[in-house]
Amino acid sequence: MPETIQLEVARYRPENESTPTTQRYEVPFRKDWVVLDALNYIKDRLDGSLSYRWSCRMGVCGSCSMMVNGKPKLTCAAFLSDFVPGPVRVEPLSYFPIVRDLVVDLTEFLYKLKKVKPWIIREEEKPLEEGEYRQTPEQLDHYKQFSMCINCVLCYAACPVYGLEGSFIGPAAIALAERYSRDSRDQAALERLEILSEEDGMWQCTFVGECTKACPKGVDPEGAIQQYKLAGAVHWFKSLLLPKAAK
Amino acid sequence: MSEGTGHTPFHPKWYRRRVSVWWWLESWTYARFVLREITSVAVAFFALVMLWQLRALAEGPEAYARFFARLQSPWFLLLHGVALVFILYHSLTWFHLAPKAMSLRLGGRRVPDAAIVAMNYLMWLAASGFVVWLALRG
Repeated sequence: MPETIQLEVARYRPENESTPTTQRYEVPFRKDWVVLDALNYIKDRLDGSLSYRWSCRMGVCGSCSMMVNGKPKLTCAAFLSDFVPGPVRVEPLSYFPIVRDLVVDLTEFLYKLKKVKPWIIREEEKPLEEGEYRQTPEQLDHYKQFSMCINCVLCYAACPVYGLEGSFIGPAAIALAERYSRDSRDQAALERLEILSEEDGMWQCTFVGECTKACPKGVDPEGAIQQYKLAGAVHWFKSLLLPKAAK
Repeated sequence: MSEGTGHTPFHPKWYRRRVSVWWWLESWTYARFVLREITSVAVAFFALVMLWQLRALAEGPEAYARFFARLQSPWFLLLHGVALVFILYHSLTWFHLAPKAMSLRLGGRRVPDAAIVAMNYLMWLAASGFVVWLALRG
């Protein structure tokens, strides 16, 4: 095992650089260290000017997403020992505008997320005295997988369609639409289907499948998108045959 | 998605990387995806040949004989060989992707992916068997 490992970190300081550059750092190699630990070591001991996002260190918050050796990863779950002997290339997430060093702007994603209405929508709320909306374990199981999404946007950085067509609403937003549309308490599946049938919606996806491979939480946005396409096609066909019943 | 994504006077000075036209050579999975998309040209080729065949059939026995003779030229045989390889790649990859688009539930449980893939293979075998039966019937 080596004593140290090199990190090649992308830097972008907009006040005095017009394009990103690379800076090398040498950090101690420890078997239990992840890339985020190495970045924290750099920030604390070597170079306080390095900017990056992180919070929970345990794959829950989805803040520390970066490209590690060209692959989108949660840096809190990417062990240095998997990259021996190094160097380890750390870059900001692909396809997103870079604000500074390893920090990207997620504004676009947040707009897209809001667009699919990722919350429970009822046509009419039942009165409080009737109690809560109950769900069987089977009903929970039907959407649970999609509810594991932590908005880390690794799936966007893995998606060449998003890279080429920045307007594409993207894998996580569609997976979260599916999460609410599958929920037995929700009544807005058709509304979301119509939102996703727009030009920037699910039909932009060409089924590359990298989003599901990149997902650290096993969500399978790839499956959600294809199922939406199937639902969209069935709905279109129904509205063609029975225009009134499909409404 | 235009709302709220434009520049404002207080907006950070973004750096946006351009995606190279060779993006699909960056990883083997991207290249495989592009190859799968290209195989649709072979599907279109077979469809066109079939339309040509139908037209020859409608025009009578002589036209059909001419069509048949053209098909036996070495270039056409080579083209068909290449198209067949592409179509096999096309079909087999789509068989394996089918479970992604189908979330079937039987008796409250999700039908396993392998069962959906197997169904595709079985239907393919049945259809091929029917074609062979039609051709060998005499």
